[in-house]
Amino acid sequence: MLEHYLSLATKAIFVENMALAFFLGMCSFLAVSRKVETAIGLGAAVIFVLGLTTPLNQILVKSFLEEGALSWLPGGENVNLSFLSYLVLIGTIAAVTQIVEMVIDRFAPALYGTLGVFLPLIAVNCAILGGALFMVQRDYTLGEATVYGVGAGVGWALAIVALAAVRERLRYNDVPAPLRGLGITFITVGLMAIAFMSFSGIQL
Amino acid sequence: MSTTREILLDPLIDNNPIGLQVLGICSALAVTTQLKNAVVMTLAVVFVLAASSVSVSLLRKQIPGSVRIIAQLTIIASMVMIADQFLRAFLYDVSLQLSVFVGLIITNCIIMGRAEAFAMQNKPWPSFLDAIGNGAGYGLVLIVVAFFRELIGSGKLFGITVFQTVSEGGWYVPNGLMVLAPAAFILIGCFIWAVRSFRPEQVEEEFHVGLLETAHDSELR
Repeated sequence: MLEHYLSLATKAIFVENMALAFFLGMCSFLAVSRKVETAIGLGAAVIFVLGLTTPLNQILVKSFLEEGALSWLPGGENVNLSFLSYLVLIGTIAAVTQIVEMVIDRFAPALYGTLGVFLPLIAVNCAILGGALFMVQRDYTLGEATVYGVGAGVGWALAIVALAAVRERLRYNDVPAPLRGLGITFITVGLMAIAFMSFSGIQL
Repeated sequence: MSTTREILLDPLIDNNPIGLQVLGICSALAVTTQLKNAVVMTLAVVFVLAASSVSVSLLRKQIPGSVRIIAQLTIIASMVMIADQFLRAFLYDVSLQLSVFVGLIITNCIIMGRAEAFAMQNKPWPSFLDAIGNGAGYGLVLIVVAFFRELIGSGKLFGITVFQTVSEGGWYVPNGLMVLAPAAFILIGCFIWAVRSFRPEQVEEEFHVGLLETAHDSELR
């Protein structure tokens, strides 16, 4: 059992890296990767929110939306609400980020300083919704969903911190003018993605 | 107030949502292995963008400021549901290939960005034009990238053989890297490079200042 979870986590972190293999969460990945410090903050927030919302969405989808999930209701045997899943998934994510932000603000002001600013940003981060959608598509159990959520978050955080470190060095280099900024960042990410491809095929 | 023409054509090159504002990149990279997918994705995004911009614009006086993000997300998610159900009904094979990326249109920052930055302040008609223009700007990048990826990666265009590959008895050795993830990043980098070579005013002055920040701020507000 443990082996299964370990293999799932490795797959989520390295082989199917959210940012570098599925291009998810790119907007903030490129915009907030200028300094390692902020990248770590955003990475931590993503791990936290993915680890929280993926299992939560799993519970909601399994108990309300799936075909036959409502069979405990009289006349609910044939109800299939899965077309509503997008609305539920994004609603949960938006609500959780909002609540977490308020809780952190109230009880851990120090943490809020580093993590809080990123939380509203995360509601529209594709990596979070992507995690939920992959969870639905692959039919994960609650345990798998938790491991997958945290693993995917760690993978994303790893990628953004690595990119931020590269970009911090890059600013001292003489890049051709039209490539400056966005262009060279894209090419750097491309090269990082090639490096991460060497993980593909690894199985535990 | 800018003219209709400007609203419509400005986002194509001069203010391209992907090239200059760094919005909506996730899906731009993922669906570009084949031209067909890129075209379907563009149409879906244009539809969602137009429909949600008009709806947000119509409701702009009713949406309270404090919950506007959630209100906008709900509108966008509803439009995406329509697009997704439509694709499943009529283009099932493409819908399977696009997999989660249709759902991810919800978090495509272009749509949120336009709703926030334009539709919340403008009347429905200009919002509609703005949506079509931005959708077209997004589609332009998608189709250019998909063109090269499919042509170089598998020697085909829209699934029709252009270069006969070696495995089919022809002469062309396909470049396998092109259909994998890294090539998408590098191609978009080159696309931006090309655009900025012709439009030097888009070049970022200092390495780390400027447009990224503003684009992101407008998304956050």
